[in-house]
Amino acid sequence: MTTDAPPDATTDATTGAGLVAALIEAAAATIAAHRDELSELDRAIGDGDHGHNMARGFEALTAAADEIAALPFGKALQKAGTTLVMKVGGASGPLFGSALMAAGKASGDDAPRSAAEVATLLDAAIDAVKSRGKSDVGAKTMLDVLAPVADALRTGGTTAAVREAAAAALEATRPMIATKGRAAFLGERSAGHLDPGARSSALLVDAACTVAERS
Amino acid sequence: MSDNVAIVIVSHSADVAKGAADMVRQMVGDEVKVAFTGGTADGALGTDVAAIMAAIDAVWTQKGVAVLVDLGGAETNTEMAIEMLEDGRGERVAILNAPVVEGAVMAATEASGGSSLEDVRQTAEDFQS
Repeated sequence: MTTDAPPDATTDATTGAGLVAALIEAAAATIAAHRDELSELDRAIGDGDHGHNMARGFEALTAAADEIAALPFGKALQKAGTTLVMKVGGASGPLFGSALMAAGKASGDDAPRSAAEVATLLDAAIDAVKSRGKSDVGAKTMLDVLAPVADALRTGGTTAAVREAAAAALEATRPMIATKGRAAFLGERSAGHLDPGARSSALLVDAACTVAERS
Repeated sequence: MSDNVAIVIVSHSADVAKGAADMVRQMVGDEVKVAFTGGTADGALGTDVAAIMAAIDAVWTQKGVAVLVDLGGAETNTEMAIEMLEDGRGERVAILNAPVVEGAVMAATEASGGSSLEDVRQTAEDFQS
């Protein structure tokens, strides 16, 4: 938890390409740094490849970063989404990929200028994840982090508040019983573990906050 | 080969997918095109959207493609692959709600007689082993 966060999560629309490049760099860095931890979480309640799959996807994003950053903001999100879909493997690819594709479709050519505008894009992403995963909040998935983050953004969200919401929401997945994805096969035995997709979502939210604080 | 509905088998395991496709070919013959895919791009257990799109492409026919999938992620990735097909081809692809092996054999049997995609789906989904 940072204490020196600026007062709001506004991003700088004048640096659209720079913002996209910075987001990709920060996202790829945090996924790479937590790759083993994500796979370890997944080993407990899934098939143990979440860190590996996510790292592969974000390496592909890094490789395509120049091309993606050159696009208008909405198109850049969509391109990033399709890249993840094709490269992540496992169900995380379509879930994170659909999220970005939907956010991109909901976005215009310019980067969002306020926390409320980010919330609108995140709402579109959340709807896509619900529909793709045939899931909803409360099933011990990435939605259990993304939905509270969208709420925090909507209610004026400073980056500190958003980080706090993400961390608390992640921790709240620990006692949940999974009803979606491979963890659902474990039923009650899935309780007591953090959800790996919720963890990677929280990492990405944290990375985005760091970028927002810099811009 | 006549223009019959084609079959695609998607499993987390390439061995399972290939085995199911082998059974279809042996039991139904080569009247029906069958493609299979299993495993991730780096050979681990899982499914891969690009590979699923390639499998659908490999047997593509305007008559339609029936897809059999195994556990959760296979279905999610197949739905994604179908949405990403271009020129509205996704409308001619159906995921059948049936077990992979039995569903593939029943679907191929129905398809070999020239049935529509909807009839192929019905036969595979109605089958109770």
